[in-house]
Amino acid sequence: MPHRISILVSVVLALAAMGTARIAAAAEPPTFRLAIVNHRFQPATLTIPANTKVKLVVENRDATPEEFESNDFDREKIILPNSRAVIFVGPLPPGRYRFFGEFNPATAQGVLHVE
Amino acid sequence: MLAIALLVFREVLEAALIVSIVAAATRGVPRRGAALLGGIGLGVLGALLVALGAGRIAALFSGVGQEVFNAGVLLAAVLMIAWHVIWMASHGRALAMQMQDVGKSVRTGVSPLTVLIAVVALAVLREGSEVVLFLYGLLAGGAGHLGAGLVLGLAAGVTIGLLLYFGLLRIPLRHFFAATNALLILLAAGLTADAVAFLVQADLLPALGEPLWDSSALLSEHSLPGQALHVLVGYSARPAPVQLLVWMTTVLLLGIGMRIASKAAHRTHPASPQRAMTS
Repeated sequence: MPHRISILVSVVLALAAMGTARIAAAAEPPTFRLAIVNHRFQPATLTIPANTKVKLVVENRDATPEEFESNDFDREKIILPNSRAVIFVGPLPPGRYRFFGEFNPATAQGVLHVE
Repeated sequence: MLAIALLVFREVLEAALIVSIVAAATRGVPRRGAALLGGIGLGVLGALLVALGAGRIAALFSGVGQEVFNAGVLLAAVLMIAWHVIWMASHGRALAMQMQDVGKSVRTGVSPLTVLIAVVALAVLREGSEVVLFLYGLLAGGAGHLGAGLVLGLAAGVTIGLLLYFGLLRIPLRHFFAATNALLILLAAGLTADAVAFLVQADLLPALGEPLWDSSALLSEHSLPGQALHVLVGYSARPAPVQLLVWMTTVLLLGIGMRIASKAAHRTHPASPQRAMTS
């Protein structure tokens, strides 16, 4: 019985190692940065490549929490005051995709320009 | 004040729709009201704790703790619902037949109450923590009309939930549990797709390609019907392929699970009413 368990454990470990190797081998997606200042996005329009997964780093420089949200590319993440959040976006076909700060939608509006 | 009410309404609506379906699906279960209130109370408490610990949660798993936490909460709710529909498939027949004097003659067991409390608590916790952080931000920013906005949004969200609940109760009894079970399966499938969307956002799962379609011009998820359909059946205007995949898998697995449970129940209790009379 312990023998079987050790075989099982080694198989699981081998699979995990293969998975980790594959993840490590995959190219790091290109990074884009956004800031939230006075409940506004800076820049308000961000251009990213089409058909590509990108890493979006959103930094909230306000003293209040914000929720980064998009219905157009289906993302939502709360970003605490004076902290940054990583959000992976895409791959997306070319187009204009709106995003907003759900806690301050009157001012926090932005567009993701995918081309 | 209207902006505050609107945000609170959106969050409350999501929880209220889930609570309504689960409340309807546990119709006839004794001490259901207490369980419902208990679940809401636990959810509010949990929401406060999650909001307090938001910084710590966010820092977990190298920055994607929030996504992992949300996906975990959603998948826990899915597991509870799955357990419930499969439990109902093996006990539901007796429940539906003896609906008239439920509480006396039907031994409902522990499942419906546990599920009711857990799912309600999880739904309230998830949406509630967002409301808490939002209100905290407003307080810190010195905004007025906080209480009025909160009450208005809460009242509007709860009203829609009650409308759904009483609408569901109008379904004739012989179709009632079939209908609520179907709703629960679609709800579970939608929640699974939501959980997977969080894992894709955290780059823990692949999207498996570009969105499959774009129906946002027809029905935007930001509109009230779009948002309601998103909660109820998992509607997405631009679904990633992996979301549709797990949505279909959930429906399929729960459908098969119910069928197996129902057949097994039929074999062991071929005619439950007669059995009830002889025993």
